[in-house]
Amino acid sequence: MAVSTLERPLAARPSTWFVWAGMAAFAVFLLGILIAVVVDSFGRQWFDTWFPEGLTTDRYTEAWDRFALGEVVGVTVFVAVTVVVVSVLVGVPAAYVLARRDFPGKRAVMLLFLLPVLMPPITYGIPLATVMYSFGLGRTLTAVVLVNLVPSVPFVILTMTPFIEQINPAIESAARMCGARTRQVFTRVLAPLLVPGILAAAILVLVRTVGLFELTFLVSGPGSDTLVVAIYRGMTSAGGGEARQLISAMSVIYTATMLVMLVVALRFVNPTQLVAQVKETRDD
Amino acid sequence: MSGVGGQQTGRATASLRHRLAERGIDPTLLLLVPGLVVALALFVYPFSYGIGLTVQPTAAMQEQWGGGILANYVAFFRDPFVFDSVWLTMRLALPAALFNVLASVPVAMVLRHRFRGKRLLTSLLVLPITLGTVLTAQGLLIFAGRQGWINRALLEIGLIDEPLKLVNNYLGVMFSLVITGFPFAFLLISSYLSGIDPSLERAAKTLGAGWWQRFRRIILPLLAPGLATTFVLTFVLAFSVFPSARLVGDAMGETRVMSLMAFRAFGEQNDYAMASTIALMMGAVELLVVAAVLGLRSLLYRGTTGGKG
Repeated sequence: MAVSTLERPLAARPSTWFVWAGMAAFAVFLLGILIAVVVDSFGRQWFDTWFPEGLTTDRYTEAWDRFALGEVVGVTVFVAVTVVVVSVLVGVPAAYVLARRDFPGKRAVMLLFLLPVLMPPITYGIPLATVMYSFGLGRTLTAVVLVNLVPSVPFVILTMTPFIEQINPAIESAARMCGARTRQVFTRVLAPLLVPGILAAAILVLVRTVGLFELTFLVSGPGSDTLVVAIYRGMTSAGGGEARQLISAMSVIYTATMLVMLVVALRFVNPTQLVAQVKETRDD
Repeated sequence: MSGVGGQQTGRATASLRHRLAERGIDPTLLLLVPGLVVALALFVYPFSYGIGLTVQPTAAMQEQWGGGILANYVAFFRDPFVFDSVWLTMRLALPAALFNVLASVPVAMVLRHRFRGKRLLTSLLVLPITLGTVLTAQGLLIFAGRQGWINRALLEIGLIDEPLKLVNNYLGVMFSLVITGFPFAFLLISSYLSGIDPSLERAAKTLGAGWWQRFRRIILPLLAPGLATTFVLTFVLAFSVFPSARLVGDAMGETRVMSLMAFRAFGEQNDYAMASTIALMMGAVELLVVAAVLGLRSLLYRGTTGGKG
């Protein structure tokens, strides 16, 4: 890009150094937190020294047995995949209508989908959890999946609507002129064009669902806890919480899962493109 | 509503069908139905149910606070233990959101240009999204705790004599809010920034504007709506802080935030009516702030922007 050479002198200003210093501090904190947890999870004993006295992987097997992590990871994956599939199936058609059609009450519908994203999860989470318990769904997998749909479906709709808007409607009109029905327009024309957007939205929903704490926590129980909730319960359980290193081991397992997903995600999409159609895409 | 309209067209006569189609109502709208069903069944219904619950206080609440069916609201405003949490939440969420937005602007400006290692740096900034609040909390407890590396390093250098208290208080929650919120603000701001046409800035430079003038007169006005949006979204994130307030904060003291109070009523006291009341008031307080920011935004700026605000 020509701009970068043109702007280069700016990079040497004191203000720029200030920015770099701030970023360095952020990086130190971030890496410190990450490395501290990893070191702690492998440590034998770690109290008053720079590093633990010895290294071991026992914590992982211990944590795995103690918290039934096999089951917990299974639940997490099941919940995340179900939520992604359902919210894509429900959200994409709705996003299509909102992107292409103008109808009475459209603004109200938009607001309806925007509200769950803008509200604090606890605000609708507590009434929702109360409803779940009164329907006898408390602490079940169904309830966990259902509460996770509340922010996920609007999220898919809100990210997919601008994505669909940028697809030229003339393509669909041409397909219709050739006699394609709505279903065919969807499967043969739109779906292939939408795949990158759907993948991006799906991965973001996956990451969000795995990381979502508040809503899951309100309705889950033994047997339906996801990984984050299990870690939280481990940290706050009566009697001062479980041994710190067990929690660290669990956290490392959690982060590793997330990292794998994010690496996969970044191979497919650039996260900044979702918010606005960034100019770069046209240049590249 | 519109979904029902769509169904009717199937049975209606051709002329009615045409008339409806002209207003935008046709069978395609049926695609909206599953989304609406989810929103109505899982959001609108529980929400109205929750509002109904707030005016059905328990007998104990009515006795203690009076006010008949409004006992929960009376308790919310009168009980300092509950009502103070509004202030405590704001004291955390507002500075955290403000800091995240203001700090993202220069970083996004610097990272706008292409340079070596940019991809690595961007990934580093995005990394905390994968960590999640719970791991961040665990890491902060170890890294910034009394025996942690920060205190150890500062003690070795001789900057401090006593270990600093960085966690289990206000500061700990603030750290965790910045670590989780900043990458999010950064991502949004940099996408808004990349939506501003670089030729505008180049034109200003040709006309002899310095970097401050270019920032003040061109970038900032175009970015302002985006800044407001980002502030709102990061504020929403920071406002509903829950796990970190419990884990790295002082849950019964300076970080007794509203979500903790709501959860206490829900999970520990099993008073669903009071829990719903606190939860709804939490939503109301948040929407007030959001409305104020968005109102300010529309007051300052109208029309479309290059920054896609």
